[in-house]
Amino acid sequence: MLMDFRTTSLKFRKHSVIFLFSAALFSAFVLACKAKTGSNGEYTSLPEAKKQDSLASIAAFKDVYSVLMHPRCMNCHPIGDIPLQGDDSHLHNMLPQRGPDGKGIASMKCANCHAPKGVPGDHTPPGNPKWHLPPADMKMVFQGKSARELALQLVNPELNGHKDMQALREHAEDTLVKSGWNMGGDRELPPLSYEEFKKVWYTWIDNGAYAPSN
Amino acid sequence: MALYTINVNGKNHQVDVDSDTPVLWVLRDNLRLLGTKYGCGIAHCGVCTIHMDGEAIRSCAYPISSVENKKIVTIEGLSENGDHPVQKAWIEHDVPQCGYCQAGQIMSAASLLAQNPNPSDEEIRRAMNGNLCRCATYTRINKAIKTASKEM
Repeated sequence: MLMDFRTTSLKFRKHSVIFLFSAALFSAFVLACKAKTGSNGEYTSLPEAKKQDSLASIAAFKDVYSVLMHPRCMNCHPIGDIPLQGDDSHLHNMLPQRGPDGKGIASMKCANCHAPKGVPGDHTPPGNPKWHLPPADMKMVFQGKSARELALQLVNPELNGHKDMQALREHAEDTLVKSGWNMGGDRELPPLSYEEFKKVWYTWIDNGAYAPSN
Repeated sequence: MALYTINVNGKNHQVDVDSDTPVLWVLRDNLRLLGTKYGCGIAHCGVCTIHMDGEAIRSCAYPISSVENKKIVTIEGLSENGDHPVQKAWIEHDVPQCGYCQAGQIMSAASLLAQNPNPSDEEIRRAMNGNLCRCATYTRINKAIKTASKEM
């Protein structure tokens, strides 16, 4: 009788262990799916990335974020329809408007003052042939965004200018992005050099473009 | 120094200047077109506004190297006889007080009306924000643009 009870108890324990192990496996599978699909999990990544290394990706994004939120980048990604200006990100003098295409309006277009190549001087308008804000139908706001919000926005083609992962990667080579390091005058530079930025940008994307948890 | 050929008010001119020279100084010093004024030199006041292919650019912020093969129009070339609708409206409303900013104001207003022939008050305000008038003749500027818009 005692032997029967022990045998039954051992069988029960064995089944319990198998059950718990299976449940753990299933939970891990569900969590993995969430991370890949980015539905509402703690981590979100681009499934087509070369690698899936959330730690390396999120660590790199910390540096990416410090650059994107710097006035040299953020000033043209404002919350409103008026660009920001200066190292203190005040509203741009003359209150130029975004306009439908992000290039300004009527006699107040960005390119009316921002020539393809600017004239030298501390306070002269920096030059670039493509000077513009994001368009009105996809404002790509940086100002006020947390690191998580910005990372999720950057990887979403419906919010990032319809860029897939490759286009997102190549965006680091955009001449207007590069101009953030070459505006001249006494303007403060972003916290990383351009080469350092490109490295962390690629590291973030190539490891899954994960969004940090906050 | 280098040779640049620029088209101003329908005529080609060749100038020998440094590539960074602002168009403003080429107009004033090389071509002696003195209607375009110097104000701030950093594109904040609008006094030096001219047209480049119809756009109201700030000539103090555009280096000569950026305007080759473009059509430049200054206040002297806006109309043959000073009878552009904006110029006529300027006289009708007696807009200028000291007059220093008016060349830039008129060039911006003409560009605005060429792109938006019937602007609202708000559209005028937004488009003319880049042109300062230290005599504060903004009310008359607005009225003149409204009057000119009827002729566009």
